Amino acid sequence: MKSVEIVIIGGGPAGLAAAASAKKAGCNSILILERDKELGGILNQCIHNGFGLHTFKEELTGPEYAGRFIDSVEELGIEYMLDTMVMDISDTKIITAMNRVDGMFQIQAKAVVLAMGCRERARGALNIPGYRPAGIYSAGTAQRLVNMEGYMPGKEVVILGSGDIGLIMARRMTLEGARVKVVAELMPYSGGLKRNIVQCLDDYGIPLKLSHTVVDIRGRERLTGITLAQVDSTGKPIPGTQEDYDCDTLLLSVGLIPENELSRGMGVEIDRVTNGPVVNESLETSITGVFACGNVLHVHDLVDYVSEEAGKAGKNAAKYVSNELAQSSKPVRIEACEGARYSVPRTVDIDRMEDNLTVRFRVGTTYKDAYISVYYDDTRILHRKRPVMAPGEMEQVILQKDKLKEYPDLKQITIKIEQE
Amino acid sequence: MEIKELICIGCPLGCSLKVEMENGQVKSVSGNTCPRGDAYARKEVVNPTRIVTSTVKVTNGDRPYISVKTKTDIPKSKIFECMKEINNAVVEAPVSIGDVIIEDVANTGVSVIATRNAFAN
Amino acid sequence: MFDVVVIGAGVVGCAVARELSRYDVSVCVVERCEDVCCGTSKANSAIVHAGFDAASGSLMAKLNVLGNKMMDQLSKELDFPFVRNGSLVVCTDPDGLSGLQELYDRGVANGVEGLRIVDDKEAHDIEPNLEDTVCGALYAPTGGIVCPFNLTIALAENACVNGVEFKLNTEVLEILKLENGYNVVTNNGEIQTKCVVNAAGVYADKFHNMVSNKQIKITARRGEYCLLDHMSGEHVSKTIFALPTKLGKGVLVSPTVHGNLIIGPTAVDIEDKEGINTTRQGLDDLVQKAGMTVKNLPMRQVITSFAGLRAHEEGHEFIIGEVPDAPNFFDCAGIESPGLSAAPAIGVMVADILKEKLSLKQKSDFTATRKGLINPQNMTLEERNELIRKQPAYGNIICRCESVSEGEIIEAIHRPVGARSLDGVKRRTRAGMGRCQAGFCSPRTMEIIHRELGIDMEDITKSGGKSYLVSGRTK
Repeated sequence: MKSVEIVIIGGGPAGLAAAASAKKAGCNSILILERDKELGGILNQCIHNGFGLHTFKEELTGPEYAGRFIDSVEELGIEYMLDTMVMDISDTKIITAMNRVDGMFQIQAKAVVLAMGCRERARGALNIPGYRPAGIYSAGTAQRLVNMEGYMPGKEVVILGSGDIGLIMARRMTLEGARVKVVAELMPYSGGLKRNIVQCLDDYGIPLKLSHTVVDIRGRERLTGITLAQVDSTGKPIPGTQEDYDCDTLLLSVGLIPENELSRGMGVEIDRVTNGPVVNESLETSITGVFACGNVLHVHDLVDYVSEEAGKAGKNAAKYVSNELAQSSKPVRIEACEGARYSVPRTVDIDRMEDNLTVRFRVGTTYKDAYISVYYDDTRILHRKRPVMAPGEMEQVILQKDKLKEYPDLKQITIKIEQE
Repeated sequence: MEIKELICIGCPLGCSLKVEMENGQVKSVSGNTCPRGDAYARKEVVNPTRIVTSTVKVTNGDRPYISVKTKTDIPKSKIFECMKEINNAVVEAPVSIGDVIIEDVANTGVSVIATRNAFAN
Repeated sequence: MFDVVVIGAGVVGCAVARELSRYDVSVCVVERCEDVCCGTSKANSAIVHAGFDAASGSLMAKLNVLGNKMMDQLSKELDFPFVRNGSLVVCTDPDGLSGLQELYDRGVANGVEGLRIVDDKEAHDIEPNLEDTVCGALYAPTGGIVCPFNLTIALAENACVNGVEFKLNTEVLEILKLENGYNVVTNNGEIQTKCVVNAAGVYADKFHNMVSNKQIKITARRGEYCLLDHMSGEHVSKTIFALPTKLGKGVLVSPTVHGNLIIGPTAVDIEDKEGINTTRQGLDDLVQKAGMTVKNLPMRQVITSFAGLRAHEEGHEFIIGEVPDAPNFFDCAGIESPGLSAAPAIGVMVADILKEKLSLKQKSDFTATRKGLINPQNMTLEERNELIRKQPAYGNIICRCESVSEGEIIEAIHRPVGARSLDGVKRRTRAGMGRCQAGFCSPRTMEIIHRELGIDMEDITKSGGKSYLVSGRTK
């Protein structure tokens, strides 16, 4: 069996950044396994601009952003395999993968970086009643069809869900000649970035109906129409608010789910809120030497943060294989509560952490002029006012090693949202 | 005095901007967290512009289409004119990121450039 | 001129065709849809009933028990997944326990083997996720689960290999009596035949009534279902039925042969014979009713919901045989539950009738077995490598949820009565049947169909007709 020090599962933005950073940290035995025919992952179909403001201080399109990381991986001489599907990873880090040329094969890894990304939530998960005709696509599938394959899913479009991909596709479909009639959002706020609502909907006069959902789907062969209804505060349709729309296409942008089938298979502990692995300050999962980063860990709003996080995972993986990553001795739990839905990471080992640790989380609803607070046990050490917070955007706090060292008996770090 | 409210699209923060206008002139901008917000607001109320991204047909390449963008932002009112030219354009592989696909698109003085590579077959 | 035209390529039509293909007889199956298994056969509970439900002495009871007994042998011959997982009818009302006894007695009278009434403790031992209120159950070890697509497709493929002709996309418009048979008028031309077998599911009344003065009426009875992710497939191991109570009829909760969990069906009579839409109320009903017998159902794991139509005839009995005032016209009508279980037996019964009628002789070259699609998931690493060496397409995963390779999809397309649409590929290979519900694999499967069959992308459908998937090129 072939042995590799670090095997990276997925050659999207997370995998690429992890690989480059592992190499720069001194690891010379790295292999990226990518299931698609090219590196870059989902960025290849995200042809819109808005990537890279943090990382490169300029605004790039998805393929350009991916291109820079791909170039870096090429320049660093990092090995990768394309068209290769990982079928299984054992808890002893034996990776079983498959492709056309090599057949099914196994690799023994010393460290594994999970960077499989996420997938879209499908219609079934929402249990929308009605017929099951052709013409219902998740926004990402439509994005692939339009941007990569050059096919229009349809001409008269309704979009359910105001996640970023849905908003971006509203503009894309419009620019390519389709008529986008409405974007409906179940929640009273959009799940996407504000800039996307302005540039993708407002610019083209596409209405956004908040607190609305699809309650019926018509058409036996191809979609012929849908019915929207307003929902109450519990998400239930309000009788009498139904509105029919004729359309041949329904795009769903109703959430992303980290793709952790392989992680579950190897026995990695999964967080019930993020659906991603539970990780410590080193982005290491419940299995020693297995790291996670990017959308497989938790769904990000910006790829820049994915790259940053993945860089850290790659570096830690390199430290792990060279035995420079200390054994975790006494992790302190990070508890997200009262408005903060989760935190990544979930624990911090103060001896193991770098000078600063970025803890990322999302809020459960929208807030105006509320505070992000951090408590070390009962002591509030951070109280930062935020004019606006929304579930669609990630928040972060930075924990400082120096400060933490002042609390040698610290039991728990708590992150919460406070009104004052 | 007239007040226009905008959401900044400069970055994902999406600051809520207030622009005070008098006689078609911008008096002041508030609500921005960085200078880009100020610049965006001053431009948006007078001459809104956008970057346009789309795809262009490729011949003789390893892929049927490549993605493109306008090199800089163009007037919002020119978006569909720009799309028309993009839809009619055909480029022969090989193409590299940054190659000019259309010069002076829709008389904006801005070129449409490739945002990904296509290799020749 | 054919000897026999079978109307309908559902499980019954295909079972009849396959049994007839043992004989020296020319058979043509006409199907209005683009594939076999597109009506009632594709959307049901996927259950092989033990046979205690139907009234003793009925044809339904007889063919159910017989069909059930045939299933092991048939699944070996035709290589489709069938598991005798056993079933439990659970009682949640202590006053209703006598209902279990009734079912038991009826089952014994129907010839169901191994039936046993178990108390609440044993019921919970067998099935730990039963609701605490379950106070007794009827255990039927012969109950089973089957893949209805694979069963129907296997029958069709085997019939095809043995000489049966399949005319798909062919809708019967009219049936005219001839002196020595029938002229079946379709949208694809006329077909003359000596005999007609009417296996048209919810439309069986339409064709029956074209040739007979003694009219029948088939009502479409809609049943809605939810299908849950593999992660929930082991929530129960047996098929759990609810004993009807004062509060009404329950729904079943069962594992499927592919490791999912299925919940359903509701039962609502509808006018529209194409009404396979789900409804808010139906789906809400399901959740509530399923929760009455099985606890902690992980409803967040629902990956899809769907509805099927049962061909309900007023007398609630299978109508099988020659129509008295229409010689050589044979009905298979009113085939509702347990129709899937009974299908193999119905096939034999109808073939026997026709054998008698047409004095058919057994063929010497009948091929009784059919090999299913290659399933790489059942192979060892070495076997799989050998396969990929010979056919690299088996190394390329297209559907990542169900781990279906390009090789399997290509095979599904090129088999007898092969797949021509996304759903056709899905029913044969499971590509697109997983948790992402074809989000990832649709464009890729379309490309394979395009390449293998030379169908333009714009002309590829989800399920035939006008179910086009893309409207054209962007530019």
